[in-house]
Amino acid sequence: MKAYLSRRYHFSASHRLHTEAYDEAKNHDVFGKCNNPHGHGHNYTVQVTLSGPIDATTGMVCNLAALDAFAQTNLLSRFDRTNLNTLGCFSDKVSTTENLSMEIYRIFQSFPAAHLERVHIEETSNNSFDFTGNQAPLAGTI
Amino acid sequence: MIFLTRKAEFSSAHFYWNDQWSPEENQRVFGKCANRNGHGHNYTLEVTVAGEIDPVSGFVVDLKQLKDILEREVVSVYDHRHLNLEVPEFKAAIPTTENIAVAIWQRLNNKIPNAKLHRVRVYEMPDLFADYYGER
Repeated sequence: MKAYLSRRYHFSASHRLHTEAYDEAKNHDVFGKCNNPHGHGHNYTVQVTLSGPIDATTGMVCNLAALDAFAQTNLLSRFDRTNLNTLGCFSDKVSTTENLSMEIYRIFQSFPAAHLERVHIEETSNNSFDFTGNQAPLAGTI
Repeated sequence: MIFLTRKAEFSSAHFYWNDQWSPEENQRVFGKCANRNGHGHNYTLEVTVAGEIDPVSGFVVDLKQLKDILEREVVSVYDHRHLNLEVPEFKAAIPTTENIAVAIWQRLNNKIPNAKLHRVRVYEMPDLFADYYGER
């Protein structure tokens, strides 16, 4: 039986939306207060959805302890209490949550024990972003 | 097609244990969840049904009727119970969040008049939930 397991992780980081492709005025015009040169921050929530057959011996799609350990090493220890703009993955990209979703999707694609379905990130309680790779999301799942 | 979701809550005890394995193997795989004295959660169930809007009532399903079905089929069986010891489907299956979602699907499927069961979502905690869509 195929089931979907979702786990939420939390980290806090700062960022600044800015691109060298625009001049100062255009950066300010496009990114508004998010272009503040001193940066600002968010408490991000990352919701990762994995799928697979329920293992008959464990009753699980994947071992949660293994998933948490993977997330600690590959997500939280890399992103929590950082300035996103200083990370290698944003050296040539704006640190929007859209780009962050794609980067975190890329990270969890290498979790070996289950198939990654979706990464959902809440930047604030009013803004959230979903990335499902090249898959069409299931109706009613977002 | 409209999707309608109803929530319900139940509080239950459980533990994770596979009788085919040694105590050491259970401890290695399930960690603190293998404590045979059990532990508990406040579960939140979200049941999503899909259907067409009745032109007279404006409903996909009667919410009161859906609430009563959830109460009869799930909450009255699971709430303030020990899932391993008191709920028949978990004599053979470990009551993981995934298996609870499947079991609730099997309890509800084909019992909701005028609508098709679309998704069963079970939150074990706010940061952990499982979805089942009836896929084999």
